[in-house]
Amino acid sequence: MRRSARFLALTAGVAVLALTGCSTPDAGDSTANGATAEADGTFTLYSGRDEALVQPLIDIFEEETGITVDVRYGNTAELGALLLEEGDRTPAQVFLAQDAGALGALSNADLFSTLPEATTSRVAAGFTSTDDTWVGVTGRARVIAYDGEALSLDEVPTSVDAFTDPEWNGRVGIAPTNASFQAFVTAYRVLNGEDAADEWVAALAANSPQIFDNNRAVLAAVNEGVVDTGLINHYYWFAQAAETGAENMRAQLAYPEAGDAGSIVNVTGAGILSGAEADADALEFVNFLVSERAQQYFVDETYEYPLIEGIDAPTGLPAIDSLVNSELDLADLDTLEVTQDLLAKHGLI
Amino acid sequence: MTAPTLPGTSRAPRPGARLGVRGASNFGVTTGPARTRPPLWLLLLAAVCAAAAAIPLVYLVVRTTEAGLGELLDTLVRPRVLQLTLNSVLLAAAVTASTLLLGIASAWALTRLRLPAGRALLIVAALPLAVPSYLAAYGWLVWFPGLNGFWPAWFVMTAVCTPYVTLPVAAALRGASADLELVARTLGKGPLGAFRAATWPQIRPAAIAGGLLVALYSLSDFGLVAMLRFQTLTWGINAAYGASFDRNQAALLALVLVVLALVVVAGERRSRGQLDRSAGRTRPRPRAAGRLLVPALTVLLLAPLAGIAVPVFGLGSRLLEAATLRAIDVPRLVEAIGATLALALTAALVTALVALPIAALAARYRGRLVAMIEAVGFLGHALPGIVVGLSLVFFALAAVPALYQTSVVLVFAYVVLFMPRAIGSMRSGIAAVPGSLTDVSRMLGYSPLVTWWRVTARLALPAIGVGTLLVAISVMKELPATLLLRPTGISTLATELWGRTAVFEFGAAAPYAAALVLLAAVPTVLLSGIRGVAKEQS
Repeated sequence: MRRSARFLALTAGVAVLALTGCSTPDAGDSTANGATAEADGTFTLYSGRDEALVQPLIDIFEEETGITVDVRYGNTAELGALLLEEGDRTPAQVFLAQDAGALGALSNADLFSTLPEATTSRVAAGFTSTDDTWVGVTGRARVIAYDGEALSLDEVPTSVDAFTDPEWNGRVGIAPTNASFQAFVTAYRVLNGEDAADEWVAALAANSPQIFDNNRAVLAAVNEGVVDTGLINHYYWFAQAAETGAENMRAQLAYPEAGDAGSIVNVTGAGILSGAEADADALEFVNFLVSERAQQYFVDETYEYPLIEGIDAPTGLPAIDSLVNSELDLADLDTLEVTQDLLAKHGLI
Repeated sequence: MTAPTLPGTSRAPRPGARLGVRGASNFGVTTGPARTRPPLWLLLLAAVCAAAAAIPLVYLVVRTTEAGLGELLDTLVRPRVLQLTLNSVLLAAAVTASTLLLGIASAWALTRLRLPAGRALLIVAALPLAVPSYLAAYGWLVWFPGLNGFWPAWFVMTAVCTPYVTLPVAAALRGASADLELVARTLGKGPLGAFRAATWPQIRPAAIAGGLLVALYSLSDFGLVAMLRFQTLTWGINAAYGASFDRNQAALLALVLVVLALVVVAGERRSRGQLDRSAGRTRPRPRAAGRLLVPALTVLLLAPLAGIAVPVFGLGSRLLEAATLRAIDVPRLVEAIGATLALALTAALVTALVALPIAALAARYRGRLVAMIEAVGFLGHALPGIVVGLSLVFFALAAVPALYQTSVVLVFAYVVLFMPRAIGSMRSGIAAVPGSLTDVSRMLGYSPLVTWWRVTARLALPAIGVGTLLVAISVMKELPATLLLRPTGISTLATELWGRTAVFEFGAAAPYAAALVLLAAVPTVLLSGIRGVAKEQS
């Protein structure tokens, strides 16, 4: 219903535009400017997560609360750039992001308000922001995808260190411009030190890795037998398996041994933009995201790790504790720029 | 220039007078452009329209200066940036060269040989325009998942871009005099030599203008190079936004693209040269294809096969193996079609209006100011959609916040992005209208505006139509700027398609892909049918 109302508004706007040349305000959407600060039964969400995965959850939220959510879907990186460009004039009240890097960039630009402790404390430290500007929602493990027809599980390295061996020359797929890959390299730096990281990145770059634009493309290539292994997030495998059937998946997943930088868990998360600090609707939605209902939804529908107590990880996945390196805190991963300089130095980005 | 873009847009300059060949003419003796200084009103109007296209440039300069000189230099001298730039240049140059070869050969076969189902072949030759480059690349990856790097990117890009050359050159060839070639043959030249001496000068402006669009498109495309993993400047720009949230660095890389684009536009303007219009013409007669039939069909069908058939079959096969082939949400599909159509039509009309003054100015007058206005008009075509999108976010919030995230700003973005496609084709159509006719109209006491409307606009109407249709096609396929600027909650076919492929729902994506290609095929078929300057057919 609302969609068709919007569509009418669009058509009307376009018709008016066509008639007058250029400068008539579009009545249907003129609320765009300026965040509404108070609870008014509606708010705007920028979602860097896909519609097919998130909209059913939003429908539940709308039904339960009677709050209307206007959602703008896009990819996390572009919506992050959009929010930075909009600054305090954004029409959005909440940003739901696919990775912590984007949330950190907005936090650094002072675009987020501080969340109440009651909200942030639901998620264990290490999986959420350190200054309460955003809260972690789900976890995604870094994994090694391998071609199940070319390799058996015991042939797959248990540590990313092995991928610099000549044996793996040209046989590793990576997406170095991708935020989750960069978070992993940052973890490598934190765990092993700058010198070791420099050495590893240099050796990897010299080992003819196959470069892709994103995790999805890496997985597709492994699944087609184009490349033997790929460094991705676990969740992509389950998403593709849901489409084509798990039994038809040529790519399989191997989990690096606990403690290896290659096994870190990245989080998705949400924050409230600074103009909407007092918006109870926005806060209610963020609270909903870390409620048992929503967390269980993510476990069942997207095979991600829940981040609150009392919800079990999806069946078939190793326990999150077995992946996470206790010496590593997400807060240590905010030195993205150093990582990027490192990757740039060796020509990977 | 003449005959820039698509079909039938114009009559190319004819060396007829030089060679002393005279045919029947509708127009009598004509004069070239640039007889006088441009009238102030036209200059101002064109400058205002070009200013729209300059918004991204202003934005990029603002962002870049924010970075500071030190950071600028650091970024620029990175070997990586040099590599990306080289890759961009290499791809643009190679694709332009191959589309020129393939497009001219195709156009020649279409117009000079009697081929079976010639009319249908013309439409088929135009059809790759209807396929978004990212879809073409994706379709190829279904068959050959290992494709990556320069050669595949070059090949698929060539396939989807060839119609930009084929259509205008075919139009120019249809209007070109065949007698000249016969004369040249009589004077002892071989077939190729005769073509070069007599026909090439007549189609050169059309070919070069098509090549310009191809070059700019190859520089600005991201979807195809991302899929086929060839790292160009647009890859670097997206990475700068995406992973590092470094808008300043992205802006700097985009400025490098702008510089490349300006070089290309300036080069085109130089090689386009001065119009040499003369009266002579006879219509060429297609000859029996004979033993040329097989090679001609091969050349003609290469781009449609690679640009349409292979990708479409690839998508189809994915559809069959997908588990998410769920019931199609018809109302939603219809809504996306409606939004796509409404946006495409509006944007095409507005773009036509904005491009017209620039085209009129560039067609009739020369000079540094005119060159500058025209070059600025072409800028949008060289920039990736994300850059144009963000620049309009910046601009709309600063200047017209009430319109932000409305269809008005979105349409405006389409104008900036696709104005060049309209300018190119309109310019050639207007240039082809003989100045003598407008002179007669003026002598009869009509004002310049009335003359323009009754003589120039009417005769150039087919070319104006072609430009408008080209914009409509491009708008339907556009993704990155649409994602950034669309009113919240509105979806086009391209954004719906993106939303589904992003989560591996190839089955659910297929109806949107099919609808998009079919919808874009309508204006494509229309424009391949528009012939020549209005009077030409009489």
